[in-house]
Amino acid sequence: MVTCSMDGRTLTVPKGSTILKAAEQAGIPIPHLCFLKDINEIGACRMCMVEVEGTERLVPACNTAVTEGMVIHTNSPRVRQARKTNLRLILSQHNSNCTVCVRSGNCQLQRLSHDLNIHFQPYEVQLERSHVDLEVPIVREASKCIKCMRCIQICDKIQGMHIWDVAGTGSRTTVDVSYNRSLKNTDCTFCGQCVTHCPTGALTVRDDTNRALRALADPEITTVVQVAPAVRVAWAEAFGLPKRQATTGRMVAALKRIGFDYVFDTNFAADLTIMEEGSELLERLSHRGKYRWPMFTSCCPGWVRFVKTQFPSYTENLSTAKSPQQMFGAVAKSYFAEKMGIDARKMCVVSVMPCSAKKAECELPTMRNAFGNPDVDVVLTTREMCRLFRSDCIVPGDLEETPFDSPLGTGTGAAVIFGATGGVMDAALRSAYFLATGTNPDPDAFSKIRGGKPWKEAVFSIPGIGEVRVAVVSGLANTRRLMEAVDSGRVEYDFVEVMACPGGCAGGGGQPIRDGAELASVRGARLWQMDARTPVRFSHENPDVQALYRTYLKKPLGEKSHHLLHTDHTAWSVEGETSR
Amino acid sequence: MSRLEVKMPGQAQAVVEQLYRNMERRIAASPPGLCPVDMALNFLNLCQAQTCGKCVPCRIGLTQLSNMIREVLDGDPPVGILRRIENTAQVIVDTADCAIGIDAAQLVLMGLKGFRDDYEEHILHHRCLGSLKNPVPCVALCPAGVDIPGYIALVNEGRCADAVRLIRKDNPFPVACAYICEHPCEARCRRNMVDDAINIRGLKRYAVDHAGPVPQPQPAPATGKSVAIIGGGPGGLSAAYYLALMGHRVTVYEKQKQLGGMMRYGIPSYRLPRQLLEAEIASILSVGIQVRTGVDVGTDITFDQLKRRYDCLYISIGAHTDKKTGIEGEDSQSVISAVELLRRIGDEEMPDFTGQQVVVIGGGNVAMDVTRSAIRLGAAKVTCVYRRRQEDMTAQAEEVEGAIAEGAEILTLQAPLRIEADEQGRAAALWTQPQIIGEMDRQGRPRPGTASVEPRRIPADIIIVAIGQGIESHGFEQSGIQIQRGGTLLADSSTRLPDLEGVFAGGDCVTGPATVIRAIAAGKAAAANIDEYLGFHHEIEAEVKVPTPRVTDLGPRGRVNCGDREAAERRCDFQCIECGMTKEEAVQESSRCLRCDHFGYGIFKGGRVEKW
Repeated sequence: MVTCSMDGRTLTVPKGSTILKAAEQAGIPIPHLCFLKDINEIGACRMCMVEVEGTERLVPACNTAVTEGMVIHTNSPRVRQARKTNLRLILSQHNSNCTVCVRSGNCQLQRLSHDLNIHFQPYEVQLERSHVDLEVPIVREASKCIKCMRCIQICDKIQGMHIWDVAGTGSRTTVDVSYNRSLKNTDCTFCGQCVTHCPTGALTVRDDTNRALRALADPEITTVVQVAPAVRVAWAEAFGLPKRQATTGRMVAALKRIGFDYVFDTNFAADLTIMEEGSELLERLSHRGKYRWPMFTSCCPGWVRFVKTQFPSYTENLSTAKSPQQMFGAVAKSYFAEKMGIDARKMCVVSVMPCSAKKAECELPTMRNAFGNPDVDVVLTTREMCRLFRSDCIVPGDLEETPFDSPLGTGTGAAVIFGATGGVMDAALRSAYFLATGTNPDPDAFSKIRGGKPWKEAVFSIPGIGEVRVAVVSGLANTRRLMEAVDSGRVEYDFVEVMACPGGCAGGGGQPIRDGAELASVRGARLWQMDARTPVRFSHENPDVQALYRTYLKKPLGEKSHHLLHTDHTAWSVEGETSR
Repeated sequence: MSRLEVKMPGQAQAVVEQLYRNMERRIAASPPGLCPVDMALNFLNLCQAQTCGKCVPCRIGLTQLSNMIREVLDGDPPVGILRRIENTAQVIVDTADCAIGIDAAQLVLMGLKGFRDDYEEHILHHRCLGSLKNPVPCVALCPAGVDIPGYIALVNEGRCADAVRLIRKDNPFPVACAYICEHPCEARCRRNMVDDAINIRGLKRYAVDHAGPVPQPQPAPATGKSVAIIGGGPGGLSAAYYLALMGHRVTVYEKQKQLGGMMRYGIPSYRLPRQLLEAEIASILSVGIQVRTGVDVGTDITFDQLKRRYDCLYISIGAHTDKKTGIEGEDSQSVISAVELLRRIGDEEMPDFTGQQVVVIGGGNVAMDVTRSAIRLGAAKVTCVYRRRQEDMTAQAEEVEGAIAEGAEILTLQAPLRIEADEQGRAAALWTQPQIIGEMDRQGRPRPGTASVEPRRIPADIIIVAIGQGIESHGFEQSGIQIQRGGTLLADSSTRLPDLEGVFAGGDCVTGPATVIRAIAAGKAAAANIDEYLGFHHEIEAEVKVPTPRVTDLGPRGRVNCGDREAAERRCDFQCIECGMTKEEAVQESSRCLRCDHFGYGIFKGGRVEKW
């Protein structure tokens, strides 16, 4: 432990603590912009400068360790002057068109200039040339980038994809796609972690709300919306609702207010996915020699892009089951349309997803029906849904709880955990156990693979099948480590669940942004609670899924399923080149 | 008004003079990788400030050039802008009245030729080809990429053994390099911006002198793969060391009686004490390396036999043949080559030059080595004869100065004409043609030309030719290895040979005579690529934690230089010339390090490569 004095208070902190950390523990806020704990502690923005007695120059609080007897001032006249000057310098290269910026109200730079009382800009504003490409889901506006380097670090250290890099040298140094590529020509997985860690509006996910609004405005078109599991535990953050009001029912009510004809639940399709993928797992396990191992989940489009570019020979190991989003679209435009007598060509399926990569997934050439129409027409992120609510002046807290519509609105506890790391595995094992043995396991029998560890493994025994070796991983850098271990034969698994975003969809690139906070585990925990409280906790017990099989699909892996619910992952290619 | 006044610089001028010196040092500290177009623009802006303002092309033209280049960098220029820049610059060259304008415009023309693709990338894609690959200047410039800020911090804390461990991660010869490395790392040291480059080699010398014995790490489990190294110099032994640590079975074939290559047979022991070299080689061999000395590959065993016997080969035969001047009388008795003399000294066969007049031909480091060795062998007079001027010598300045201090004569601007022999066929004198220094060559080194002066006779009992070394590559050509003009082996930057599976080559035999650290770097690269070739991915790392940097004091202060023993004393023996730093000096010098691994870009990217 070391003792220091900060703003006249005596603090004792563990040896090696930074000034910023010590201040945080003591409740002394020090402004900062580029700092991202453990990921970006590079002292680039120079907003966290403090005065240390006996040191001639100011020092950055984010990466200077407290030493014994240090006397620190966080608000001396020099510090005040330095912060203001450096912030004005940053602002002189930032396109402060806040009124039309998607991050207005949730922008660190905006908040800081407000807090530091900046109302005058003495410097000439010089904006970097911006070229915005809307072909891909991730959009960068160079004129808003403050070069904090967080996107580079997230992509390097957490996702290991090295898509962003420093470009140029000298005072023209900026951030750009690495190796002078453009984003559409890369192996970017579109996970969106760079977006959720950007302190400003420089990186955003493409806004498709107008496409949804156009469909809603067309009386000819039946609008069907599905909401992914992880959305329900995150959307209310944007409205600051207390936990009691942050309910799925209010979200459904708000979507109804927007005018969607049918508000359905992706959980329905998650249960359906389990029926198909669980059956596929059993099929593969009972004919081990016919298949390459391990089998991988296929519900995360970021992961699918990853495996296709980084470990292409493992593409055939992916489950052929479509993701819940795509299964939903396929079922909505076939089974549901037929049942309701709706022309599928006049149906617009909108998804609300915690994810940016889903926008690219629904555009894949393989995700289309017999008419050549996409299964899913528009993908909105959780944030876009919240913006739709706001622009309709909806006050979600005041709305009545409303249930999802029937029949595609029914989901089990096994489906809602798709939104958390380990959930797909847990749900699949619950149903695979039933399909193999005819009896339900304890729904908590597979809890060993839950929890926050990025790479989990376990062996479960299923009567009649034997031992099943499983692994669960999230975050693409972790995934790469796992894949290298699999590839070198250091580990052997039968079934692996992969989620591109750390913590799974709960921490997805389309979720509400709170600077400096990693909320995946908090949101994930709520999903697990929802599962525990749901009366039905097995996908195979979803009554509407049972009805779908009874009246339409007949059986998992059957012919109709094959056409509607499965896909060929090798039938399309990532146009981008890999960086290695 | 006085009729004449004594010129006294004003205060502003004095400060500007100071700023010039700061700027010179700052340019010296420019890291590699900066955008050349941006640099050209800023150099041009400096030129613009220097114009006297009288003539149109310089006063206005340079400004317009600057505007156009700025447009290339920041604007949306038409594709034809390059031609406009070129035409304008050419007109300035053709019409400016004095060097201020002519030379500035020439700078722009040079850039248009030298980095046109950078210009084009900016114009067409608004992007830059420049990038800072390694932001730590010393590490970037060390061919082997040694973690210099890391070991300097360890020296500062008195952890010399850890410093040695950290160096060995990238360079198995910390001792040899502490004594003789040409320290390219110091060239762009960021400390230049404040006062002067850190004495990096001096600090390494302190570390190795005070580390005590540092045991080698345990090799990885045996892989069952075997590698033969042809040539046991610094490069070959480096490859052998890392490959052995990776668990491969390594055998080094050395033609000479002893290992060490040019570190033994080229560098005299007054620069690298023999017992230190031997201890370092023994330490390297302690990781488990087989050695066959006195085996000439090509005579005693064929290359193809080796190829069959081993999974992989690394050729690091160096450059050990002497180059001839080709002048008349070169075959006279007592005309010897530097290579031959240094080889004999390496094997402790000391010739006696007592009372002799020795003439050395050449101006490189090897010429200095034989000059200073000849003095130590008792010569009455040693004269070093060189075609160009002293400042054009390729030898390090401190070597030349050291030789002069020990009593050597440096006779410059003398081109050897012929060697005069006496009746017994022994050399009696070297005749030279005096030269006049002339135009610059492409590298900016002035060429000598024949002066209108009569040839000169330099009496000599012994003449030593030190004009460069060649590579003994003829034995390899028959085995399918491609030999380039100049006799070097053809290998790529990954040390692979084209069209020859499992054969790698590096060091002097590929680059031509270079430095110990470049041979070490080639050996390191070869080890990594051979490991991959054999199907492995072993990683080399040092389990040493580098101290966290403290808030630095940037106050300018002098650089600690290492002293030498008194010239009159050291010229009589082959003992080490250089004195190491004291503890007090090492602590002070190491605390000058700016820790570029942490401060600036280093903490963000590329500050530390922990393993390779």
